[in-house]
Amino acid sequence: MSHWIILPIVLPAFLAPFIVLAARHHIGIQRVVSVAGALALITIAAGLAWQASDGTITLYQLSDWAAPFGIVLVADRLSTLMVLLTSMLSFFVLLYAIGSGWDERGRHFHALYQFQLMGLMGAFLTGDLFNLFVFFEVLLIASYGLMIHAGGNVRLRAGVQYVLFNLLGSTLFLFALGSIYAETGTLNMADLAQRAQMIGADATAGIRIAAVLLLLVFAIKAAVVPLHFWLPSSYAEAPGPVAALFAIMTKVGAYAIIRVYIIVFPPDLTVTANLHGTVLLPAALVSLAIGMIGVLAARKLDRLVAFSVIGSMGMVMVTIALFSQAGIAAALYYIVHSTLAAGALFLIADLVRAGRADLELRAQPPVAGAALTAAAFFAAAIAMVGLPPLSGFVGKLLILDAAYGTEHVVWVWAVVLIVSLISLVGFSRAGSVLFWKAESIPHPEGTEPAPRPAGLSYVAVGGLLGLMVLHTVFAGQIYAYMDRTAAQLFAPGPYISKVIDTPGKLTRPAPEKAGAADKAHAEGDAAAKEEH
Amino acid sequence: MPGGKYNMEFLVATAVGVLTAAGLYLVLRLRTFPVIMGTSLLTYAVNVFLFASGQLTIGAPPILQEGVETYTDPLPQALVLTAIVISFGMTAVVVMIALGAYLGSDDDHVDDRAGDDTPQPQAQGDQA
Repeated sequence: MSHWIILPIVLPAFLAPFIVLAARHHIGIQRVVSVAGALALITIAAGLAWQASDGTITLYQLSDWAAPFGIVLVADRLSTLMVLLTSMLSFFVLLYAIGSGWDERGRHFHALYQFQLMGLMGAFLTGDLFNLFVFFEVLLIASYGLMIHAGGNVRLRAGVQYVLFNLLGSTLFLFALGSIYAETGTLNMADLAQRAQMIGADATAGIRIAAVLLLLVFAIKAAVVPLHFWLPSSYAEAPGPVAALFAIMTKVGAYAIIRVYIIVFPPDLTVTANLHGTVLLPAALVSLAIGMIGVLAARKLDRLVAFSVIGSMGMVMVTIALFSQAGIAAALYYIVHSTLAAGALFLIADLVRAGRADLELRAQPPVAGAALTAAAFFAAAIAMVGLPPLSGFVGKLLILDAAYGTEHVVWVWAVVLIVSLISLVGFSRAGSVLFWKAESIPHPEGTEPAPRPAGLSYVAVGGLLGLMVLHTVFAGQIYAYMDRTAAQLFAPGPYISKVIDTPGKLTRPAPEKAGAADKAHAEGDAAAKEEH
Repeated sequence: MPGGKYNMEFLVATAVGVLTAAGLYLVLRLRTFPVIMGTSLLTYAVNVFLFASGQLTIGAPPILQEGVETYTDPLPQALVLTAIVISFGMTAVVVMIALGAYLGSDDDHVDDRAGDDTPQPQAQGDQA
């Protein structure tokens, strides 16, 4: 059994305590270890993605316990894609944090950053719902620390809201897991997918409630309206690089929805039929609209970017809510684009903040390095709004194409196209006030303009923009790959048989007993076999 | 003893319901202390709920052994242990952060007050 698949979790889990214990007072060593870890993570993630690219599903049974009794990690195309995306984003964000000096403004930035990566990687790789909960908590508790990094009253207050909202979300997650376990007797995703098929049409109340509760939890993470209230102030008040890393956190919710609602409760499953699709699509359309109207209404640049994150998550969820193969492929393409664009925009907002008193959208004297910052903002805004030539445009075309021919086409096309215009106006206004009007305002006498941000910061922003350019140039190949990823999700047979049928300790007994779906019986039998 | 089992189910269900209702009420108070108390109550409620999700069995061990005919499902107990540890840690974190926020701003409201988001006329505006 290959151990590579657990490495994205184990590596940050070892680096973080090393940084805390051995390099606590040496910011230089912390930086070297952290960057080396991020580079190693990219290498591992690329290796895993390459391994999964031909459709292989890799299974890792912790302590060799067979599913569904043990916890399993599963690497298929979707998981490895998200792992690779996370590692790329985290590397450039880390460079920015070092270049801008954010990591020195409080303690334990690098250790928390590694723990955050550990939680993210675990959430993407696990094949068990309770384990998903545990990794959610790992990434959340690290994010609490990162969110209030460098302190300050406003940030602490926003941090309290963020933590409390997520505590409630976690409680809801546990209620959902409890209901699922009570209904099916398992929390392993593959096993759950099999058992959900066996539930009779006359006993669907429990599983339907559980499915909706779980959807609510993931919708909180994905900031779908009306569960988005936590996002604007926490993302706006978080330190710039942390907010940029958080761009992947909303995608964890989207990933979980794709994973659970295509493999476990697929759209054609009778017991949960007409359940999540009908709820999700209107909510997603509303969040798309609210996010982009928020972009127009925002009075500060950081809030503007936070609302654009809500809008782009709305776009992703609209596409997921179509629950078709073309829809999921388009959603995956857009997830990659939206993560890179949101990350870049948060970093640029921080670059602007470095030279100004605040981020309010009104003319102030131009900041040092304004030309380069403005150019980066221009590129990132074009991408986020979805104008040609960057990947936002391609992504939006794919989404419109996926919606074409479905019964919701009018709604999707109308909302997507109208809010694109609204967000275009919002971003243009922000850019012209911040960068153009500034030229007409002289520096007040007696004050020195702030120093130009470090070159490394620009390298980080440029790296994210460069990835976006690659995402555009290779759109054809990438979309074909996303399509294969979606196809793998919609044919879950190999996934389920890989997880369930791989032998290990406590393998499920012979098929005729497993077929009875009597968990107690099967478990007792298996245990008895082990005893002998 | 079927009556005992139904009594216990009634008790456990009532406990979960009352704890959840009280927790939600406190969370909606929107001041730090009641909200943290509320989330604690909610985590107690969810712990009991998880515990009951493997069905309630009276007087049976959670261990599989030779000769044991009735046993209670051990998995929810493991889940509850994990949930307790996590919620305990999270509560400690939120108490620290909330304390910091309260001491810093002398205000224990959890929600944004009206007007928090509006730009305040301040020194920078005069320079322009």
